[in-house]
Amino acid sequence: MKKKPEYERPIITKINAGVTDKFGMRAKMPIISEIDGIPVNDLINKYGSPSFILSEQTIRKTFNDAKRAFTTRYPNVQFAWSYKTNYMNAVCKIFHSEGSWAEVVSGFEYDKALSNGVAPNKIIFNGPDKSKEDLIKATENGSYIHIDHFDELYELLNIADSSKKRPKVAIRVNMDTGIYPQWDRFGFNYENGEAWNALNRIMMSKKLDLIGLHTHIGTYMMTPTPYGVAASKLAELAVRTERKFNHKIKYIDMGGGFASKNTLKGAYLPGKDTCPSFDQYAEAISNALINSELDPNEMPTLFLETGRALIDDAGYITGSVLANKRLADGRRSMIIDTGVNMLFTSFWYEHEIYPAKEVSSHSEDTTIYGPLCMNIDVIRSVIKFPSLQKGDHYVIKRVGAYNMTQWMQFITLRPKIILIDTEGKAHIIRENETNDSLVALENVPDYLN
Amino acid sequence: MKLKKNIAVSETGFLFDSNTGESFSLNETGRKILQFLKEDKSEDEISEWFAENYEVDQATFENNLYDFFTVLQNFKIIE
Ligand SMILES: Cc1ncc(COP(=O)(O)O)c(C=O)c1O
Repeated sequence: MKKKPEYERPIITKINAGVTDKFGMRAKMPIISEIDGIPVNDLINKYGSPSFILSEQTIRKTFNDAKRAFTTRYPNVQFAWSYKTNYMNAVCKIFHSEGSWAEVVSGFEYDKALSNGVAPNKIIFNGPDKSKEDLIKATENGSYIHIDHFDELYELLNIADSSKKRPKVAIRVNMDTGIYPQWDRFGFNYENGEAWNALNRIMMSKKLDLIGLHTHIGTYMMTPTPYGVAASKLAELAVRTERKFNHKIKYIDMGGGFASKNTLKGAYLPGKDTCPSFDQYAEAISNALINSELDPNEMPTLFLETGRALIDDAGYITGSVLANKRLADGRRSMIIDTGVNMLFTSFWYEHEIYPAKEVSSHSEDTTIYGPLCMNIDVIRSVIKFPSLQKGDHYVIKRVGAYNMTQWMQFITLRPKIILIDTEGKAHIIRENETNDSLVALENVPDYLN
Repeated sequence: MKLKKNIAVSETGFLFDSNTGESFSLNETGRKILQFLKEDKSEDEISEWFAENYEVDQATFENNLYDFFTVLQNFKIIE
């Protein structure tokens, strides 16, 4: 029998003479039919729909791009993987194998870094929530403790009295770098003298080893300039400390915050065209440090806790269309099996989503909803998208940062996470949840049984 | 479903509404449906024809057809 021609659903689009869409981009949407050589259909058939897919090749390439940008401009550079961004053990171990230390912000993350085999003296402990037990453990282990507030400083002075080890510390500094809003809730303020005050108290106490200065000026920073301002201010504090106490600061930690190539909601241009390159950030930071009054023969090590910019691009979601609907005003809407519960970042990003196979060249303004029974469950409020049928596959790009740590278990079970290694072989690095794995933590009091 | 009188559809899927001066483009499936509407074919006849001539089952096609009608109504192309 002769094969019938492929069917395409009926489409009509209004022609607006002379008006292009806001990006002036071609209407035909590219597709993503494979990830690192594995067809999307195979991934979905084997691992279920939806799943998170991570590309080891992309992680290593991105890391090495960033490393090259800094090491070609500054003599000693050390990256520390920001655990909160993605603490799947396999992901952490890739970064550690590239030479990254660990940057953690809780006892839970601290223990995770230890169990991933990170040497305790290569763990940076940040954040406002370190328990007394955490601080004792970090002190005994010789980890780097970044002090967030005076209460923590006094707690550490107490611990130092009873410990045989001297706590190795840095202070976290917040400051005006010309960006708004200024992040002033973490650490000690630079402009009002609080940071200098904290630094003096540490030095006068003679009980703590002040080895570093830290700042994290914000996240998704769309220009490199504030990093230059911040690096100058930290360099200035280091120079003042050396003059007054004849004490050398060993490292300056610039935190994280480099933008990834995702597009922020409401942005006029796509993030991949506007986000600064690693080279631009590296240029701003290195210039500020090199041009400061720091001793050129003994420059402090530059630490970086880059998170999203190192992992966002390596993550994908592969999934399926659940249904198409018309909204009351005639707009098309498409329901997919990824909701905001697993794509937390869709609250601030306009995530790129693509069909997994060649479809019609006609696109229509479409709202893409997740499967949750909630009004806030919107993946894209308006996107020109070709029409897919129920069961067709899609791929969401750049989802590697924060989603696998901030995802919520809500009305359904969290899916598998797959890592494609550098040889193109897929591995399950986190199983999907099951009813059993979830209720294992529950307990029903006897009288209800 | 009836096509309004002021609607003209070309062979290449270009649609012009002489009342409003608006123009639209159709894909092949859409163009064919409008041609059938012009010929006063019923919805059943249209779906049967597509199920016979294309790689599509009747249920999927009808689902798409009614969705398409909503859009046409919105654009005030059918009444
Ligand atoms: C102290 C600290 N370092 C590093 C990071 C990673 O930041 P990003 O993902 O923006 O690079 C964060 C994120 O909030 C942070 O709080």
